[in-house]
Amino acid sequence: MKSLREIPKSPIAKPDIASVGITGNWRIFRPVIHKENCKKCLLCWLYCPDGVIRVDEEGYPEINYQFCKGCGICANECPAKAIEMMEESVYEEH
Amino acid sequence: MGEFEIIRGEKMDILGLPEEEYLHPGFGSCPGCGSFLALRHTLKALGKKAILVIPAGCTAATTGLFPKTPFKVPVFETAFETTASLASGVIAALKMKGKEDIVVVGWAGDGGTYDIGIQALSGAAERGENLLYICYDNEAYMNTGIQRSGGTPFGARTTTTPIIGKQQHKKDMPLIMAAHKIPYVATACASYPQDLFKKVRKAREIRGTRYIHILCPCPPGWRFDINKTVEIGKLAVKTGIWALYEMENGKFKLTGASRGLIDPSKRTPVKEYTKLQGRFSHLTEKQIEILQKWIDDQWKTYQQYIK
Amino acid sequence: MKNIKMLTANDAVAYAVKLAKVQVVAAYPITPQTACVERISEFIEKGELKAEFICVESEHSALSALIGASSCGVRTFTATSSQGLALMHEMLHWAAGTRLPIVMYVVNRALSAPWSIWCDHQDSLSQRDTGWLQFYAENNQELFDTVLMSYKICEDEEILLPAMICADAFILSHATAPVNIPSQKDIDEFLPPYDLKLALDDIENPVTYVPTCAPTRENSDWYMEYKYLQQEAMLKAAKKIKEVCREFNEKFGRFHGDLLEKYRCDDAEVVILSMGSFAAQAKDVVDDMRREGFKVGAVKIRTFRPFPVDDLRQLAKNVKAMAIVDRGFSFGHCGQLFMEVKSALYNLPDRPLVKGYIMGLGGRDIRYSDQRYVIEQTFKDLEKGFVEREIEWVNLRL
Repeated sequence: MKSLREIPKSPIAKPDIASVGITGNWRIFRPVIHKENCKKCLLCWLYCPDGVIRVDEEGYPEINYQFCKGCGICANECPAKAIEMMEESVYEEH
Repeated sequence: MGEFEIIRGEKMDILGLPEEEYLHPGFGSCPGCGSFLALRHTLKALGKKAILVIPAGCTAATTGLFPKTPFKVPVFETAFETTASLASGVIAALKMKGKEDIVVVGWAGDGGTYDIGIQALSGAAERGENLLYICYDNEAYMNTGIQRSGGTPFGARTTTTPIIGKQQHKKDMPLIMAAHKIPYVATACASYPQDLFKKVRKAREIRGTRYIHILCPCPPGWRFDINKTVEIGKLAVKTGIWALYEMENGKFKLTGASRGLIDPSKRTPVKEYTKLQGRFSHLTEKQIEILQKWIDDQWKTYQQYIK
Repeated sequence: MKNIKMLTANDAVAYAVKLAKVQVVAAYPITPQTACVERISEFIEKGELKAEFICVESEHSALSALIGASSCGVRTFTATSSQGLALMHEMLHWAAGTRLPIVMYVVNRALSAPWSIWCDHQDSLSQRDTGWLQFYAENNQELFDTVLMSYKICEDEEILLPAMICADAFILSHATAPVNIPSQKDIDEFLPPYDLKLALDDIENPVTYVPTCAPTRENSDWYMEYKYLQQEAMLKAAKKIKEVCREFNEKFGRFHGDLLEKYRCDDAEVVILSMGSFAAQAKDVVDDMRREGFKVGAVKIRTFRPFPVDDLRQLAKNVKAMAIVDRGFSFGHCGQLFMEVKSALYNLPDRPLVKGYIMGLGGRDIRYSDQRYVIEQTFKDLEKGFVEREIEWVNLRL
């Protein structure tokens, strides 16, 4: 946006992703879903504070790593212990 | 599942809740934030035809910077003490324009509700404004760095009660609102999203002033690991330090995991809760007893309501 | 067909609000404005005005409610005074910064401490930095007309700023005078309905009102520009005020001045500047002194914001000395009107002598003799060629 004259007089903001930034960059640990153990209970979807888990066509949870902050609630709440919190550097090696 | 209204066209196929998210990802709340977990589900329950009035606090401060916002519904970010008063103006305008199918919602923290915002809230409730007011309670002024508020529980360490801990008990905001004789008062917890969803959906359809108070565990403020938010919230309910209930036209009813906790032996001792949080780690036996007694007294009050 | 009613300023404003078809009113009682909102409630309950009246629990809440209502595109109004205006202070900045055309009737009453319910201008002058337009009325008719004009000015797409219409406590608010009330039809022709783009209640295009502008991020660092645009709107308002006053005169046959009103200033050596009801008395003093041969004129400052800088500089070309009367004071310096006039004239190569007189604080009567004294003093200073004491408190009992 080059000039404020392009927008309405009142100070307003419009809906968009990344309102603060790419919050995925905050992560130290990344939640990794081991599908072989996942029971598709979707409690991870329920408890994600950032709403970055969606459900794919097969009914498995899918994490949006661009914005996942790595809090680990999903892993902590998973009854099947199917989510592993892996350190980012370790994950990259794999 | 037939207990609440389903908005036409919604996909309701995940654990009885709509799939659509009303917040674009990439906002600045802390990892593991209990209040955003509550906000996410509240927005699902409100649907598209809602206007939110949000004062200074964690939500306003972390939902992005100009020119972006994560909200897919209209929001007015307002001065700290004005949630209910600004909302009253929005309600009047919508009435003049014949747009009363849009629900006007105040979404304020404990600071903005118990303390600085209580005048406007009490005024709006007394006038019977057609307002759905929701307090997201993380039990201190978290946005400004963990200072004590009227909602901070006894004994908790905050930056303004750093060593001795808060010497007063938590003000009973839900019962204060019930004393206004408004049609709907409810308590909820971020750790029980389906219970919260039902309550917001129900409140959405009621006319008059509705008040919902949500306990939101806060990892940096209460000092526990960021992955334990849901666990801590559930424990708060199990110990009875937070009760889940509804009062429809004054008729009291316990809900969800709080049912059956009238019997004190069914409530988990509060020390199981306090030992997991850094803000309570200094509590002496005596202080824990004081807290436990407060909880028992609260439940005696609830028992009176049920009779 | 003329419709003249005998009305106090409070009632005159209530009639103007009714005829302007205001949609949301939120107000809290405070002497001496209360009768105005009482009259408005009567109009609403009788069905003469179709509006929502929110009986809020404080003035701070009154303005907050109007900010919420105005952002949904409805015409709004409130009234207050003194302590109530002071309580609203935070939200005054908020309303101006959000660019909402709220109109507020301010009955100028002294601020405590000590306690006083009588007239001075300290309450509204203390708010001169908030970004609100400020009009000061000389009489009840002017007040009525200004309320109608201010909606037209403020709701202009290029302006979108809130306005305070100020009237002296008791002298105008409670004193009855004839007010000519135009027909609803004529007023509807003059004042179109309020049309806001991108309102808060536009569900299809959701926006967040009042986001944070952080200087730490390049695409967020626009706070200063928003403030610049506010000032730009103020300058546009100065032009718009002149246009609308001209238009009002053409339609209704009344002109009270636009940014200021000059009375017998064309060949004046000395002028006396006034604001509010005592501007009327100043004209009487001028008439009497003219008969005695003094070349004197009177200027009524009608808008304190936007401050009539250009008009004053124009006036200063012919005038040799100005006596500026303040009914308020900025402790630690001088009277507010004096301060602003002096600063407006400073860079002129050839400027008149200026002196500030403080009068009428806490409702002390501004007498004919006080205004005459001020003009005589100014002529004496003009003879000497310099101003001995820059600030003088008149009719002080010490």
